[in-house]
Amino acid sequence: MNVQADSASRPSKEQVIYANILVIGVWVGLALLFITYFIYLSGLMPSHVDMSLITQNWDKGVNEYLEITHSPHGWGWVALLGSGDFLNYIGFTFLALMTIVCYLVLVKGYIAKKDWIYAGIGLLEIVVLSVAASGLLGSGGH
Amino acid sequence: MLNTLGSSVNRLLVTVGVLVLSSPVGAFAAEQAVLGGGDKPWWYWPLILFVFCFGLGILAVMAGVGGGVLYVPLVSGFFPFHIDFVRGIGLMVALAGALAAGPGLLRRNLANLRLALPVALIASTFSIIGAMLGLYLSALNPDIIQVCLGMTIVGIAALLIFSKNSEKPIVTKQDAIGMALGLGGVYWDEGARENVEWKTHRTVLGFFMFILIGLVAGMFGLGAGWANVPVLNLMMGAPLKISVGTSKFLLSITDTSAAWIYMNRGCVIPLIGVPSIVGLMLGSLLGVKLLAKAKPKMIRYFVIIVLLFAGLKAMDKGLGLGLLG
Repeated sequence: MNVQADSASRPSKEQVIYANILVIGVWVGLALLFITYFIYLSGLMPSHVDMSLITQNWDKGVNEYLEITHSPHGWGWVALLGSGDFLNYIGFTFLALMTIVCYLVLVKGYIAKKDWIYAGIGLLEIVVLSVAASGLLGSGGH
Repeated sequence: MLNTLGSSVNRLLVTVGVLVLSSPVGAFAAEQAVLGGGDKPWWYWPLILFVFCFGLGILAVMAGVGGGVLYVPLVSGFFPFHIDFVRGIGLMVALAGALAAGPGLLRRNLANLRLALPVALIASTFSIIGAMLGLYLSALNPDIIQVCLGMTIVGIAALLIFSKNSEKPIVTKQDAIGMALGLGGVYWDEGARENVEWKTHRTVLGFFMFILIGLVAGMFGLGAGWANVPVLNLMMGAPLKISVGTSKFLLSITDTSAAWIYMNRGCVIPLIGVPSIVGLMLGSLLGVKLLAKAKPKMIRYFVIIVLLFAGLKAMDKGLGLGLLG
């Protein structure tokens, strides 16, 4: 085995950091989903939308569904964290935020290495994901 | 002995597949009862969905396709949920799977960050546009999305049948953009016991294709591994292993941006979202274990047939023909 070539095939430091953050984030995210879903189904916390109302209306378009169930869009769920159903959004949001967190670490690494092209690409990606996450784009469906 | 075990596992998997994929047909019939004031308890559909997604997770790993590409057409075709929710949750399903696979791929250098970052930026930007366009069309008339989804799924099935991958494409000369971005590297090929050097070409053309991939992924809520791999491998010349690994990792970024759009619009209902994600992930874990003993080719053909059927079913539903139930 060519030792020199073998070291070249090792992942970059950034890749390893990215992987380490991701592996923790995924398990925490899944645990959050599992725990909050258990709280939701067990009825430990009251639900904002009654189960029967959900099953009666999940065949309707999202705008109509939100209107009938008086559910929020965008980040409006944060105000309803006292409800068992909207508590589940913590897990969804955590998973969806993971990539932004990983990119922040990546960009820091690229800046330290003075790899300006990739630092720029990383920063742009953070902007794109943040805009998508912000709810500024098309969350007002009704 | 091993052959007998292998064929037993294959028979078992196909049986699981048939059971899983046939149960929604019954479910679809039952849906009519629900719509007509049926007396199904609230847990009925989430439970069926969990079992269904568990089976899908096994099949997806065996067939080498992402969970999202199976989830969206099948669940929208056979379950009573509106396509808005199916797409939103489909993206979360694909995102969770990609996030879970990411660390292993990055550590083994099979997902390459230098290759992934530029194309992820393009695909994720356009997946936002795709998601907004998809939601707009769906608000106008959901049948438009059903028909377009059906056509896309049939196209994907055709792509899976006819596209030929290239294990280690020969790239004689790297283009200027690929060189400037440093799109290349070395990975350890465990099978050949050697380091493989690689680089890409046709970078601009490849980038352009990721605009289309992002649009389709966002519009239909599909993971886009089926399109990422051929573009990275056949068009840009990345080795197959790097293409597959980078594609899976890419999904975690592309799907994130589109998933945010759907989530902010309210398209993720926890009651059906969590069983879908957990079911598919648990199924995938079992699928990986069974992979060593099964013949993935046979399962792959089975899944292609299912995709064809699901695509035709979506078109049938969107056009209101009622030919497929």
